[in-house]
Amino acid sequence: MASGAHDPNLNYLNWEKGLWSWLTTLDHKRIGIMYMISVMCFFALGGTFAMLIRWELFSVGKTIMDAKQYNQAMTFHGAIMVFMVIIPGIPAFLGNFIMPMQIGAKDVAFPRLNLASWYCLMAGAAVAFISLIYNGADTGWTFYTPYSITTQNGTIWLVTGAFIIGFSSILTGLNFIVTVHKLRAPGMSFWRMPLFVWALYSTAILQVLATPVLAITLALLVAERLLGVGIFDPKLGGDPVLFQHFFWFYSHPAVYIMILPAMGVVSELIATFSQKTIFGYKAIALSSIGIAAVSFFVWGHHMFVSGQSEFAGILFSFITMLVGVPTAIKTFNWVATMYKGSIRFDSPMLYAMGFIFLFTIGGVTGIMLAVVGVDVHFHDTYFVVAHFHYVMVGGTLMAIMGGIYYWMPKMFGRMVNETWARISFVLVFVGFNVTFFPQFILGAMGMPRRYYDYLPEYESLNRISSMGAWTIGVGFLVALGVILHAIKRGKIAGPNPWNAKTLEWTAPSPPPHENFHVQPVVTAGPYEYR
Amino acid sequence: MSMATGSKFMPPQATEIAKSVDSLYEFLLIVSFISCVLVIGGLIYFAIVHRRKHEGEKTPYIAHNTTLEFLWSFIPFVIFMVVFVWGWVVYHQLRHMPENGLEIGVQGQKWDWTFIYKSGRKTAGEIYVPVNQDVKLLMTSADVIHSFYIPAFRTKQDVVPGRYSALWFNANREGTFQVFCTEYCGDKHSAMAAKIHVVSREKYEDWVQTDAYKGLSSVEIGAKVYGQRCIACHSLTPTPEGANPIAPSYYGLFGKQEKLDDGSTVLVDENYVRESILNPNAKIVAGYKKGIMPTFAGQLSEEEVMGLIDYLKTVK
Repeated sequence: MASGAHDPNLNYLNWEKGLWSWLTTLDHKRIGIMYMISVMCFFALGGTFAMLIRWELFSVGKTIMDAKQYNQAMTFHGAIMVFMVIIPGIPAFLGNFIMPMQIGAKDVAFPRLNLASWYCLMAGAAVAFISLIYNGADTGWTFYTPYSITTQNGTIWLVTGAFIIGFSSILTGLNFIVTVHKLRAPGMSFWRMPLFVWALYSTAILQVLATPVLAITLALLVAERLLGVGIFDPKLGGDPVLFQHFFWFYSHPAVYIMILPAMGVVSELIATFSQKTIFGYKAIALSSIGIAAVSFFVWGHHMFVSGQSEFAGILFSFITMLVGVPTAIKTFNWVATMYKGSIRFDSPMLYAMGFIFLFTIGGVTGIMLAVVGVDVHFHDTYFVVAHFHYVMVGGTLMAIMGGIYYWMPKMFGRMVNETWARISFVLVFVGFNVTFFPQFILGAMGMPRRYYDYLPEYESLNRISSMGAWTIGVGFLVALGVILHAIKRGKIAGPNPWNAKTLEWTAPSPPPHENFHVQPVVTAGPYEYR
Repeated sequence: MSMATGSKFMPPQATEIAKSVDSLYEFLLIVSFISCVLVIGGLIYFAIVHRRKHEGEKTPYIAHNTTLEFLWSFIPFVIFMVVFVWGWVVYHQLRHMPENGLEIGVQGQKWDWTFIYKSGRKTAGEIYVPVNQDVKLLMTSADVIHSFYIPAFRTKQDVVPGRYSALWFNANREGTFQVFCTEYCGDKHSAMAAKIHVVSREKYEDWVQTDAYKGLSSVEIGAKVYGQRCIACHSLTPTPEGANPIAPSYYGLFGKQEKLDDGSTVLVDENYVRESILNPNAKIVAGYKKGIMPTFAGQLSEEEVMGLIDYLKTVK
């Protein structure tokens, strides 16, 4: 290894060979690529369920499947997308690859733990998929009690899978916190860290503090089902609403586990493609921490109509409003960064701009839902479905795509085909709005979510929505082609094709095993375009 | 006042509170629209004006601007507080129970709604209430969590097993409005609907005192009960080849030899039907699952069970 460290032809992809060298690798970049492959497979599966759901909802009544199959498709779409795609998508895949390089480190603090996290995801996914074969699960990704205690047995497998996947998330978070604290290059102070690192650091805190609550909750649920311990089931003296409190105590911070890293990616993209110092660096960094902190105290906004007290409803509405402020600050800072920039519209920038566009709509509709008097009408309708897809897909998934295209030259040393990358963006962006904007209207009209069948007056908007979904599907197929083509035949990229200023671009593309030939020393901030 | 009120993009407004909710929603729509135009407009404007003209352009170093940053933190904060307080006021109206309202009991169960009136009358799938009257629903569930949602009244409340939850409204116009279940509760969640009939006070008094089945034959009573309680799961047409319905069809059921999951067969006669209604898990037909059908013991009167049996005999 030492002898090969300076051989220009050796990089992390080829310095060891064979499947076994990948499955036992401790290199954060290889682990990042393994996450990339697994997340893409899960995304294809979750996306297939989405297509089936929209196909079924194309017409009133039965279209292609019965209610039982629909409820399972809905459950697996949600569980796969949340636990196996959106949560590991940015931190474990892009974060693993890029974050140690951005702080000038050779690897993460605990490389073995990092590999173990990937195996946790794989093991958890395998257990979760047993439920697909074994009787299925139809609880929705939220596993609300007492329904989840009484329905078919496949639920236990899915819950156990989510439990195991949780450890992947906890361990990655722990690893990132220690890495950021201990492995920064000489001169890399906290205020010189790229905003992607800040975002991952905030996310890691959430992962470590919130995910164990989910693990405990799911463990209690399994204990109740298998051993008859009365915790959530009113028949055994339990409280079904307690489950919702526990569940959202994790799952609301989890929403920020999903969106904060995306905000980090967008900060990088906007600065690079505007060739301009980021506006309000400290405000963006601190607002990540602010969002992370406040996100622990807003879970009750998922429960405005659950029967919690009027006072609790008002309090949670108020605190939720407070999350809006740092979120708004970030958005304004990105737009302000573009002012007097030198803006190029390469595909990563298109995705970043698409993110701001869709996330703004997701944000303002989030405020509408936080207004407690209005949420009583919108709660559990398609308005909510549209809102969180605008944030999770329009936000996080757009950022993942932008991040992939942006760091593709670093990861594989090759550029994507710009024309086709832009075509995939247009398909996804247009298809997305056609799919989800009508769902705001459906929700306002009163159509409840998780409905296998609906009233005839909702049909025309549902048809538009389904056609949009298929457009997104085609867009992602094109994107897959773009990625595969780039890996195989893309134009060779230099170390820094975008003229970016963060540290990962000072390493060769693809980087060598331990990232940098010479230990970088940092003397300035991350976005020094002067 | 036009985007939300009385348009086809919102349900009808049938309470005063629905109007307050819609006014707030409209305010939110307008403010949101302006915010989106500013942010997205700024994004597109800067993208066009500051597009790269040639490589290696110099960009100014603008790290922050305290006034601007204060303004774009403070103005959103003020707007958020305004809509928060406004939302609080509306929520208080929605949740503040009237003192002397008319009380009606509601029971949710997979997958229908039962309404229990003080007069002793019970209905399923349909609730009658008088217009311009405070009505309080005292609700509970027999199995899992459901949620009682009346879009035209802009209100909903979860219905939880093992406890009561409450919801109130005062409908200000007569008509029939939709009720949905909005907490996912299994296979027939989307079929767990009901109709709410808002009628004049006189009509309501008449209705609540009369016998629901006055002047009906036993078969007609059965047909009525079927339409309210059985229709969500049991069809009246022959089951097509390869279909996998949740429950056996009633078509030609009576008098048939039914195969059970333990391999034995049973004749579908009066006693078998009665047992299946009151103790549905006692005998399970082959190919169907135990535990799907809830018991109707205590919910159907003797008259109704007999009516169902008579009705079943006619379905062929």
